[in-house]
Amino acid sequence: MSVLIYAEGFEGKIKKSSLEALAYGAALASKLNTSAIALATGTFQASELSALGKYGASKVLHVSDQRMDETPVAAIASAIAAAANAGAAQVVIMPKSALTDSASSKVAVKLKAGVVNNVVELPDLTSGFKVKRAIYTGKAFAVTEINTPIKVLLLRKNAMNAIANGNDCPVEAFQPSFEATDFGLKRLKVEKAEGEILLPEAEIVVSGGRGLKGPENWHLIESLAKALHAGTGCSKPVSDMDWRPHHEHVGQTGVKVSPNLYIAVGISGAIQHLAGVNSSKVIVVINKDPEAPFFKAADYGVVGDAFDVLPQLTEAVKALN
Amino acid sequence: MKILVCITHVPDTTTKITFTDQNTKLNTAGVQYVIGPYDEYALSRAIELRDASGGSVTVLHVGDAEAEPTIRKALAIGADDAIRVNAEAKDAFFVAEQIAHIAKQNQYDLILMGRESIDFNGGQVHGMVGELLGWPAVSPVMKLDINGGTATLAKEIEGGKEYLEVALPLVAGCQEPIAEWRIPNMRGIMSARTKPLAVVDPVGSDAGTTVAEYQLPPAKGSCKMVDAANIKELVDLLKNEAKVL
Ligand SMILES: Cc1cc2nc3c(=O)[nH]c(=O)nc-3n(C[C@H](O)[C@H](O)[C@H](O)COP(=O)(O)OP(=O)(O)OC[C@H]3O[C@@H](n4cnc5c(N)ncnc54)[C@H](O)[C@@H]3O)c2cc1C
Repeated sequence: MSVLIYAEGFEGKIKKSSLEALAYGAALASKLNTSAIALATGTFQASELSALGKYGASKVLHVSDQRMDETPVAAIASAIAAAANAGAAQVVIMPKSALTDSASSKVAVKLKAGVVNNVVELPDLTSGFKVKRAIYTGKAFAVTEINTPIKVLLLRKNAMNAIANGNDCPVEAFQPSFEATDFGLKRLKVEKAEGEILLPEAEIVVSGGRGLKGPENWHLIESLAKALHAGTGCSKPVSDMDWRPHHEHVGQTGVKVSPNLYIAVGISGAIQHLAGVNSSKVIVVINKDPEAPFFKAADYGVVGDAFDVLPQLTEAVKALN
Repeated sequence: MKILVCITHVPDTTTKITFTDQNTKLNTAGVQYVIGPYDEYALSRAIELRDASGGSVTVLHVGDAEAEPTIRKALAIGADDAIRVNAEAKDAFFVAEQIAHIAKQNQYDLILMGRESIDFNGGQVHGMVGELLGWPAVSPVMKLDINGGTATLAKEIEGGKEYLEVALPLVAGCQEPIAEWRIPNMRGIMSARTKPLAVVDPVGSDAGTTVAEYQLPPAKGSCKMVDAANIKELVDLLKNEAKVL
């Protein structure tokens, strides 16, 4: 018996959301009186993996096959299912991402497991296995019972605190058997987004809307983001008009973020935009219209012109550092 | 090319979500239902592909008869025919089983759907269908071109976009900017009334998951306003009160 956590990486580092999934898995394993085993796929330094012990892993299984660096979803799903079988996992936990949305669905079919996405809390085990998940793009929650022997959970970002308070753990090589079709997609090329901070992973997000008037003014958003080490986002019309790339579009039909701090500048706060940001811990709204609906969803508000407020805010943040 | 497009029937994005029956059911009073916005991108791209190189577009929905106006809308937008599996969409796996079953009876080259439904946000049906059929499944797909028996596509990945090539058949979960949403024209709306809509019985197993209770998030407290002439105060509040800096 065990709890298996898939520790998704990005460019050789284990993602923060994976550490949260580990902390979640470790807490659940101790409730179930069993151990939390982590699985990592692709190239990592040994120290990056042994450090997962600090977050609660009792050991790390490592599929070091270099083909995994291209994140082939089917192969990752095969590896996760194989590791789950090898360790007789009762629960498989993954951080929610575009990759795990796909991988978990294959794992669930392979393991005949019920799967629940966007989990926000540890399960209630008093009768059956019930987990709370966000639905309607964060507008509501569903307490969901999983009736299958094996359960697969995808954890929403920021649902759990990842705190390093344990010791390093052993790392074991793990070599699942792959099927030919696991590597059936041919990668032609990769286009990297500018900016080093991944929007779904960012602790702070600075987002701009149509109120910024045009792409030539985005340096104002970028300067503030840089001072805050924040990711940058935008509203849908902004990406529709190609002022910003599509992967920055936040909301119902775009990226869902749950950072500690979301700063919205010149965004009116349409319900479809709010749907993507309503699980942020703190929301700051800067808008020249005091009636903008976004203020109703905000914790702090500034009624003012973005072109005056942004440079001042950037300076004030810099002064703090 | 034969394309199957799987659509959800979901509350419009502006819906204020509330529940009834001791928080076990969505309160549907006054709710407007639409084709899932991601599914509509998939449908639009399917129609473009058919118009460019021939073939057919079938829409598939798993759900009860209340969804028929939504299915007719998909036909009005340009799908050729429709199938409704007459069953409550219990969970992602149940829906995937229905789709896979229909796909096994018909020789589709491509199955498109949205990257996720906007009600339960599972994002998992594409992968399950792929796994059940032994087909490759890719999501979220932002660009899709077909050349003979080969698909080239752009998929969103962490920190960028990945361009992939794969032989058909294929399952793809779609998102913008794969295509633009299409507005049905008068002729489409008229012809949709007589296009075939087959109703079939479900197959398969019990759902692996069931919802015990719905909940709403706690109400947001009031917004603290800071004077635009005193932005330093905002930074102080974020640091010392909200503790997020
Ligand atoms: C099915 C569907 C899905 C959708 N999905 C999404 C989604 O995922 N994400 C999303 O964002 N939208 C989405 N939308 C669109 C959404 O309804 C809104 O149209 C959009 O969010 C508005 O973007 P905006 O706030 O940038 O622009 P506007 O609504 O035009 O607002 C601009 C704001 O800027 C303010 N402003 C103007 N000048 C200044 C200035 N100098 N300084 C400060 N403030 C200024 C104005 O007061 C105004 O509040 C969707 C719509 C539909 C129908």
